[in-house]
Amino acid sequence: MTTAQIEPTAALAELRESKADRVTIVLLSGDLDKAMAAFIIATGAAAMGMRVTVFFTFWGLNTIRKKGASSSASDWLRRMFGFLNKGGADTLPLSRFHFWGLGTKMMQLVMKQNRMPGVPELMQMALDLDVRFIACTTTMGLMGITKDTLIDGIDQFAGVTTYLAEAKQGSVNLFI
Amino acid sequence: MIQADVKLDTLGYFCPMPIILTSKKIKELTMGQVLEVVSDDEGIKKDMPAWCETTGHEMVGLEEEQSSSKRIYKAFVKKAK
Repeated sequence: MTTAQIEPTAALAELRESKADRVTIVLLSGDLDKAMAAFIIATGAAAMGMRVTVFFTFWGLNTIRKKGASSSASDWLRRMFGFLNKGGADTLPLSRFHFWGLGTKMMQLVMKQNRMPGVPELMQMALDLDVRFIACTTTMGLMGITKDTLIDGIDQFAGVTTYLAEAKQGSVNLFI
Repeated sequence: MIQADVKLDTLGYFCPMPIILTSKKIKELTMGQVLEVVSDDEGIKKDMPAWCETTGHEMVGLEEEQSSSKRIYKAFVKKAK
């Protein structure tokens, strides 16, 4: 058994940094349209020089899962859940008019024709603009989502207190 | 090694339970006493310092223990108000 000391204030350095105009977004939904809204606001705010943090919880975690990655949870129930609940930014369904995939495919086609970036592109843009991605550890545990099945660039794994401490300092707070 | 006055076991609990249990437990302590919170939820690494920052208690230490199968965290909180 090994014991490591962690400097607790290291986690707070960024919180204390008194940069105004913080935006916090909670992404609970795993729908294409809602994820798009979240990332458009996140990238827009980041482009305006605001400090943006997106918290991914429940179905929202599907947007930051690697496509096709299977769960490596320890028990079969959660592994099963992780298997049935497919993830990946380009596999998200529309919240309405999904029509077994047809509606979503059509929407993606229209988006492409109008040169509108999709969720994977918007998400990459957000990462490039230093938007911070935080994954909720509780729902990761519940849904059998393990760290290794998430995309790179998730800089924190935390919970409600971290989110609230950030939101408290923010001027814009959205729940999508 | 930090000496704690009171120990709180939250093993097996996910966020927000470790924080809720901490907020209850800390009321039983007297000023200056140190509470050790043991948890296996990784979120506590960020959540406990953030909770202390918001509530005004002092975070005196954080340890990560890695054994063969499990990783546990020990957060030391000093009652400061």
